[in-house]
Amino acid sequence: MPKLNETIRNAAEAAASAATAVAEKAAEKAKDVHDAVADKVDGVPVGDRRVAIPGMDQEGEKLAADHDRTGSGQTPREAPAASRAERFASYDVADFAPLTGKEEDFRFTPLKRLKGLHADELTGPAPVVVVDGPEAVRVETVGRDDARIGAAGKPEDRVAANAWSSFGEATVLTVPKEVELDAPVLVDIHGTDGTPAAQHLVVDAEPFSKALVVLRHHGTAVVSQNVEFRVGDSANLTVVTLQEWDDDAVHASAQQARLGRSASFKHVLVSLGGNLVRVAPSTRFDAPGGSVEMYGLTFVDAGQHLESRLFVDHAQPHCTSRVTYKSALQGENAHGVWVGDVLIRSTAEGTDTYELNRNLILNDGPRMDSVPNLEIETGLIAGAGHASTTGQLDDEHLYYLMSRGIPEDEARRLVVRGFLFEILQQIGVEDIEARLRQAVEDELTSANH
Amino acid sequence: MATLEIKDLHASVVLDDETTKPILKGVNLTINSGEVHAIMGPNGSGKSTLASTIAGHPKYVVDSGEVLLDGQNVLEMSVDERARAGLFLAMQYPVEIPGVTTSNFLRTAKTAIDGEAPSLRTWTKDVKAAMEQLKISPDMIQRNVNEGFSGGEKKRHEILQLELLKPKIALLDETDSGLDVDALKVVSEGVNRALENNDMGVMLITHYTRILRYIKPQFVHVFADGRVVDEGGPELADRLENEGYDRYLAQAK
Repeated sequence: MPKLNETIRNAAEAAASAATAVAEKAAEKAKDVHDAVADKVDGVPVGDRRVAIPGMDQEGEKLAADHDRTGSGQTPREAPAASRAERFASYDVADFAPLTGKEEDFRFTPLKRLKGLHADELTGPAPVVVVDGPEAVRVETVGRDDARIGAAGKPEDRVAANAWSSFGEATVLTVPKEVELDAPVLVDIHGTDGTPAAQHLVVDAEPFSKALVVLRHHGTAVVSQNVEFRVGDSANLTVVTLQEWDDDAVHASAQQARLGRSASFKHVLVSLGGNLVRVAPSTRFDAPGGSVEMYGLTFVDAGQHLESRLFVDHAQPHCTSRVTYKSALQGENAHGVWVGDVLIRSTAEGTDTYELNRNLILNDGPRMDSVPNLEIETGLIAGAGHASTTGQLDDEHLYYLMSRGIPEDEARRLVVRGFLFEILQQIGVEDIEARLRQAVEDELTSANH
Repeated sequence: MATLEIKDLHASVVLDDETTKPILKGVNLTINSGEVHAIMGPNGSGKSTLASTIAGHPKYVVDSGEVLLDGQNVLEMSVDERARAGLFLAMQYPVEIPGVTTSNFLRTAKTAIDGEAPSLRTWTKDVKAAMEQLKISPDMIQRNVNEGFSGGEKKRHEILQLELLKPKIALLDETDSGLDVDALKVVSEGVNRALENNDMGVMLITHYTRILRYIKPQFVHVFADGRVVDEGGPELADRLENEGYDRYLAQAK
């Protein structure tokens, strides 16, 4: 079976180069652990590097200031950065220096392909927002000065700040107090114009409410977007953000959530279409007892740049977070990026967090950068861990399936479906899940295996 | 009536550094349906390589010789084509396939082998009955293929596939290894049922004679250094039980 053999070898080479960033990261971690071990008195770790929790060496290290922005070997390092806790934020784009591409949060993003979202004034028409949902949901279009705008977070990068400085009016969706919706709210976001534009959306889930909100992006656009989610005390909000853009779309989306006491927030991201799509979901806790689940599925085709940058900021005690992101990549210059930052501040005792990123490289040509970061400032936590793997389709899996008569294409599809579909199951709206399953099938069929 | 003919087969293993090492050095063997051929030999003699080469594992390359199934050249077929032509390899180490349920896998394989989807009602019934006979826990069908299966469960799952897919020729690669005697009996009964119902030929690869008490071979072939060095009836197995392989190892060198 020489054809399969060759494919496997090529894929292995691609995966090897793609995994470089991860490998370097691992080397740094090993160094960290080594330093910590060396710093002992009578076998008891001491000093700044002490391991506060037994057994935390492998999974839950604090990434010290001089280690948390190691490069992939391709991008030059800039001056050592502080912890994620100290990242600069501002509503005003002028407060951010022009981007060079060397910044920590832009080192994987090809700036040229942002089509001016980071540098130009955003004067184009924002994609059209149409909301369809139960009557109980209030939909308003408000001006910049509305009190609800800015409640969930300041922009943390220049592209997001540029949108904040430019947007004219915002769409605010409110799920009133104690209202539990029995049907999803569908927010259709349809772009028809390639002029750089800004957009602002707010979803306000008031205390004790329950809702599922689907943001479906499609058509074409060059848009920088800020989306704010306020999740009130004991509210339960699920957000599904679908990036089903046309091939030429450019989309940067900063999606910030703030959770009240014992609130639950589930965020499901699916990025399939677009030339460059960069979604940065972040969650913050305003009070104890909150719980966050974040899921992601990206399918990166030839020439696409699909980036996901997550942040979970544990600043309150007894909150939990779970992150599971998966991607499949195929074709020349398919570039996937996943950065997962989890910060456990000294105040966040009893935190329980785990983040997982798994990537499957389907053929020769893609590149995946996966960077999990976990910073822990207190030892009094319930659990913290992360894992990242990037690999190609396993030749032994294919061989086993094919030895039972299943043709190679079908065998590949079986394995990839199994890998990706568990994320789609998190959406919980059957017709959307079915449409996305079909979209993934179409992506698989379009490849020339 | 089916016939698998192996004619002067030479094959090599592809090593990690991509160099090759010859393993099979001229194998001749013919298996007809209804026959059980035991291939016995010491570790490292090439028994498993023979099975994997016939099945088409990418790690093995054929240097010369022929493998014919009912006159058709098996070596020109892809792995899946070989299976659809009627070959089945019960693997020594079945792999775990995350994300693919056993139920979905079995149905997909059956559809591929038969060229049409099995009737839903009879299929579910057949699978359930076959699982019961092999003493496979009913929840296995919803678990991912081989994931978290014990060694014995993996072997029983291989025989389950053998019974459901109904191949013309089955290659059993050390199906007995790692099984306790109860599991060995269950697995052997499965093979015997398939022999009885499906008019199948069997190549039974084993290191030990234990399994031959439950699956009776008409032919025993001793394998050493990549070729068949002795052949006989069931009595040859008894002799191996008593004398071991030393005689053949000395000869091979």
